[in-house]
Amino acid sequence: MSAEIGQWCLILAVLFAIAQGIFPLLGAARGIPLWMSVGRAAGRAQFLFLAIAFGCLIDGFIANDFSILYVASHSNSELPLYYRVAATWGAHEGSMLLWALILSVWTVAVTLFCRSLTLPFQARVLGVMGLISTGILLFILLTSNPFDRLVPMPPDGNDLNPLLQDFGMTIHPPMLYMGYVGLSVAFSFAIAALLGGTLDSAWARWSRPWTLVAWIFLTFGIVLGSWWAYYELGWGGWWFWDPVENASFMPWLVATALLHSLAATEKRGAFKAWTVLLAIFAFSLSLLGTFLVRSGVLTSVHAFASDPARGLFILVFLALVVGSSLLLYALRAPSIRDSAHYALISRENLLLMNNILLVTAAASILLGTLYPLVLDALQWGKISVGPPYFSNVFAPLMAPVILLAGIAPLFAWREASLAKVWGKIRWLAPAALTLGIITTALFWELKDIKVLAGLSMAFWLIGGTLLSLWSRVQLRSSVLEGLQSQSLSSYGMTIAHLGIAVFLVGLVLSDRHSVEKVVRLAPGDTAAIGRYDFIFKGIKTVDGPNFKAQEGLFEVRSEDQLITELKPQKRSYRVQRNTMTEAAIDPGVTRDLYVALGEPLDAGAWSVRLYYKPFIRWIWFGGLFMMMGGLLALLDRRYRRHKMDPILTA
Amino acid sequence: MRFLIPLGVFLVMVIFLAIGLSLDPRNLPSPLIGKPTPTFQLPKVEEPSQALTPESFRGRVILLNVWASWCVSCRQEHPVLLELAQRQEVPIFGLNYKDQLTAARDWLSKFGNPYEASGFDQDGRVGIDLGVYGVPETFVIDKKGLIRMKHTGPVTPQALEKDILPLVERLKQEP
Repeated sequence: MSAEIGQWCLILAVLFAIAQGIFPLLGAARGIPLWMSVGRAAGRAQFLFLAIAFGCLIDGFIANDFSILYVASHSNSELPLYYRVAATWGAHEGSMLLWALILSVWTVAVTLFCRSLTLPFQARVLGVMGLISTGILLFILLTSNPFDRLVPMPPDGNDLNPLLQDFGMTIHPPMLYMGYVGLSVAFSFAIAALLGGTLDSAWARWSRPWTLVAWIFLTFGIVLGSWWAYYELGWGGWWFWDPVENASFMPWLVATALLHSLAATEKRGAFKAWTVLLAIFAFSLSLLGTFLVRSGVLTSVHAFASDPARGLFILVFLALVVGSSLLLYALRAPSIRDSAHYALISRENLLLMNNILLVTAAASILLGTLYPLVLDALQWGKISVGPPYFSNVFAPLMAPVILLAGIAPLFAWREASLAKVWGKIRWLAPAALTLGIITTALFWELKDIKVLAGLSMAFWLIGGTLLSLWSRVQLRSSVLEGLQSQSLSSYGMTIAHLGIAVFLVGLVLSDRHSVEKVVRLAPGDTAAIGRYDFIFKGIKTVDGPNFKAQEGLFEVRSEDQLITELKPQKRSYRVQRNTMTEAAIDPGVTRDLYVALGEPLDAGAWSVRLYYKPFIRWIWFGGLFMMMGGLLALLDRRYRRHKMDPILTA
Repeated sequence: MRFLIPLGVFLVMVIFLAIGLSLDPRNLPSPLIGKPTPTFQLPKVEEPSQALTPESFRGRVILLNVWASWCVSCRQEHPVLLELAQRQEVPIFGLNYKDQLTAARDWLSKFGNPYEASGFDQDGRVGIDLGVYGVPETFVIDKKGLIRMKHTGPVTPQALEKDILPLVERLKQEP
């Protein structure tokens, strides 16, 4: 019964989405207040019915209703309850429903927090979101319905893909979707502004917090995905430039550029047209990512089972949404006038450079991701583009971004004095380089140029960021007063930029100084990495709820002191009958010790992979720092004022 | 005018994505096209005391079909191969890939044997040399022993009529 209720609620939701899309936009165009206010009610109704539909689907999983095709394909009665719930978004149909639900959550948020916008503007924002909802819901109803029945009902289900039976994997999709879908709000604001014909700093001020929240979620989602890949896939890697990883990273880069550009538009009225274009790009990349993952045009470990009909639908949807927005941009943007005047040396220009670099980086990733497809379409052969291309193109683009981030906050708006800035920073480069040399020589080898460069850049960034904080604190009468008077927003920037430095340290050190050993170990054997001894104690069999595992016991000792015991497993899942490697990790702030079982060899011996990974956690700490920086900025006083600049002519 | 650039670039991208929908990125072409069949010497499934080598079919245009008793899709193409063998248009040889001898022979006696002979490639090394990455696959080999075409997946009647048999006819004309 619950599947039928879910189906009905889906249909009702799409009807409300259509109403939410059409009436407010027409009402704003014709000045009919009644039609404009349909947006709020329709948005909330859409959310209500989608929530019920989603609840019905979850219920199907909890109740083990294998007469629902989706449940039968991705669940099993032996699957633990927690994973049964998470399986709701574990495959294509359910995850699209989650996408739609999250879009309606954002819609409701807009109806709650944007009340003081003028009615026409509100109506346009909600209208655009309504049209997007309509497209997604039609996609679900026509090509990817999670409520399809399976008759006759099988006695048990196909089980959830074991790779997804993991905590990190269960929260990674919802967080990512909150980010992807959240960018639709900034997008809708941009379209609404283009439709209404006025782009001013109030528009930017309204867009910023929404973009920031989406960006925070997207950062978290990407960090989760990377961390999951590290501990689950068993090879110590954390980023593979897989098309689907790139599909999440490109919107992130553009959203980062957007955040910086919005700051300039809000504070100085600069880059208005460019900011609008970025907002369109960011969400377009989200939609493109959705297309790439679900259409089968690219080979990826992530890709859902592809179906040409689905691919075609999303492509048409993508073409309509992005094509019409870019057309609108082409028509309206020429009349946008920047009210800013700024000199060559100014913070505006540095932000512009930041934007150009970030967008170029995103474009280069897009090129690499689509290149195999382009070549194949032109019948010029089949190739694959992987880490060699991406790392060699991406790193040189990011280096100037990091160098600029260190000192840009020191430059004044409008016209900065190079002499003044130089006075502040002339010691920064030598100091950063010196610290870099000292740390590289002390702990590693001086001839490691990449480590030296990476650490020096990190010190540069840390130094510059703290310096700009300090030069603002110094303006007050006491240090304490200075620290207290800084806005949360500027602390947010500080922490986020420090996060980049933390990430860079983790990246450079783990990349250059990880040690991997693949050895044959019999019970009683020892393998050593540096000062760590890994003693293999043997294998025992362990039973899990829906799997059986061979579990190895490793004692890790350093100078005879027991550091930890590691128990890697090789699991055999009963239903899908595939084998999963569960690595055992001893996490640490300065290093990870990582053991994974390979294959059983003769006479009780096993092939084992041992890893020493220095500072690898700093990669994700860096991401978390960036998130915290964003959160701090969000809590800034100016967003807590109840009536934010209400005048927004439309 | 420059404001139309984003739209223009986007439309070009959409065209490529649309073309991409009709392509299959997982279908990898064989790098062995035009190259000689790698040498091998395998016991015949039907008669393990005899050996199957590329010399066994030198001078004739043949199909080399990679199959196994554990392969479900092979059952799908098997009737097509049987019918083709009946018509005697082109000799079919088999490469029994990573299988057990008894299971392979049982499979042939149960479902029919379209092969003039099947080589027993138990550890799959010959498959590696041929670049086999999935089962079933079918190679078209010409009179000189050069590989001229590789068909991945089950052989369908359409693939036969459209691609494989026309090529076989052309190759038969060659010296």
